[in-house]
Amino acid sequence: MALYTDTVMDHFMHPRNVGEIENASGVGEVGNAKCGDIMKMYLDVDPETKVIKDVKFETFGCGSAIASTSIATEMIKGKTIDEALKLTNKEVVDALGGLPAFKLHCSVLAEESIKAAVKDYYDKNNIPYDPKDFPEAEEGEEVPMV
Amino acid sequence: MFVYADNAATTKMSKTAINAMLPYFDEEFGNPSSLYTLGQRAKEGLEDARERVAKCLGCSPKEITFTSGGSEADNQALVSAARIGERKGKKHIISSAFEHHAILHTLEKLRKEGFDIELLPVGPTGTITAEQVKKAIRPDTCLVTIMYANNEIGSIMPIKEIGAVCKEAGVLFHTDAVQAAGHLHIDVKDQNIDMLSLSGHKFHGPKGTGVLYARQGIMLTNIIEGGAQERGKRAGTENMAGIRGLAAALEEACAHIDENAAKVSKLRDKLIEGISKIPHSALNGDPVNRLPGNVNFCFEGIEGESMLLLLDLKGICASSGSACTSGSLDPSHVLLAIGRPHEVAHGSLRLSLCEWNTEEEIDYILQELPQIVEYLRNMSPVWKDLIRGKRQFIL
Repeated sequence: MALYTDTVMDHFMHPRNVGEIENASGVGEVGNAKCGDIMKMYLDVDPETKVIKDVKFETFGCGSAIASTSIATEMIKGKTIDEALKLTNKEVVDALGGLPAFKLHCSVLAEESIKAAVKDYYDKNNIPYDPKDFPEAEEGEEVPMV
Repeated sequence: MFVYADNAATTKMSKTAINAMLPYFDEEFGNPSSLYTLGQRAKEGLEDARERVAKCLGCSPKEITFTSGGSEADNQALVSAARIGERKGKKHIISSAFEHHAILHTLEKLRKEGFDIELLPVGPTGTITAEQVKKAIRPDTCLVTIMYANNEIGSIMPIKEIGAVCKEAGVLFHTDAVQAAGHLHIDVKDQNIDMLSLSGHKFHGPKGTGVLYARQGIMLTNIIEGGAQERGKRAGTENMAGIRGLAAALEEACAHIDENAAKVSKLRDKLIEGISKIPHSALNGDPVNRLPGNVNFCFEGIEGESMLLLLDLKGICASSGSACTSGSLDPSHVLLAIGRPHEVAHGSLRLSLCEWNTEEEIDYILQELPQIVEYLRNMSPVWKDLIRGKRQFIL
């Protein structure tokens, strides 16, 4: 059996929404280069409807890291911020048709990058939120597996 | 195009080795321990293989033990030397920080038993000097184990000089020669080697075969208990086909060692020169004193596994020391040992060549690799930070 599913390979070879958004409404960056994964998520949010009009990502990491962020952008594009916040790493893994056990942390980082971008959007626009909903991903610490 | 450039991981078997094995699957299927003619013919085949291997290493056939591979040979060498030392009250072992895990994990086991394990630091080019070893030897040192050549970055250790230092101090010297055998000259007597491990599948022989050379008089400790095979030091019915294949492959490799080295190092240097043109990359290991087939680079701003996947899509087989290829969060202990920071070590690539690679294949790698590096850098936030000056270039 191959290491990755066809869906993972498809998103790795043809990543969707790669790049950056200038003057993005919110930008989130998680992971660190020391551990071998950094994911950066850019959101363009409609101030009225709170719909994510556009989303872009950049990733430093392995095949599953690139695929996880790519599919996550597809899953939140056109959704409202509240809907995007509900996206779990499990849903990312399922959409990819599964990930090897030791790669599950890539999906966690994908989920966290979206939350970090939304938090940045809230901060920039002085929108109140419960900090408990946005736990800080600690630098260099092993990311919990699902 | 399909390019196999991972010969340090394993090699394709040679026709010579395959043909040497074939009779032992059917016609000569006897057990060397059996009394009847069929069994005795197998015994002759076994002893003939032992003689041939001994000749390649410059030792006596009695000093050769066939094992299941390099890892078993490493385990047995270290445990044997530890038991010998223990009986004399000597429990200090010297090794290096960038040995293969077959060595490091066995040393870790011995540490838990109360041995004092000292791992010498390796310099930025990945070498250990005889002087370093000399300084580290103590009255209670029972073993020095230093690899002949590093499996990841290809640097070659001054084995003969290290052996001389050990000989003078009366300390056993073992070398893990898994990457060197069949590629670099070995003469255990001339090089002052007491014990040496090698693996059949690194020089076009079969997997699951290995050799432990132990100088006469060194009492081996069994790793596998059972029958009296291999002078009682390694139980289990001999892997006859494998042993015949290993001996044939080693003999062939040693017969062509100089011409292969000349050919392969020429391809290697062409590949190194071409890859060096990629900006913010750096060669790992010693530029001159390295295995003929080894090329190992770090590329800043990208991660190794994604490079391997894209190379695979182009038909190129390679390997990396990134964390993602090992299943842990830490990148290669070898790259960390030579001082590469984590973020750079994650972006490493090893291409290992053999005499069957061609100029055309090198050209193909040099055509595809820079595009892959550029493609991955373009989607990397780390690379963006580097080129915008938000992060300092290391390479």
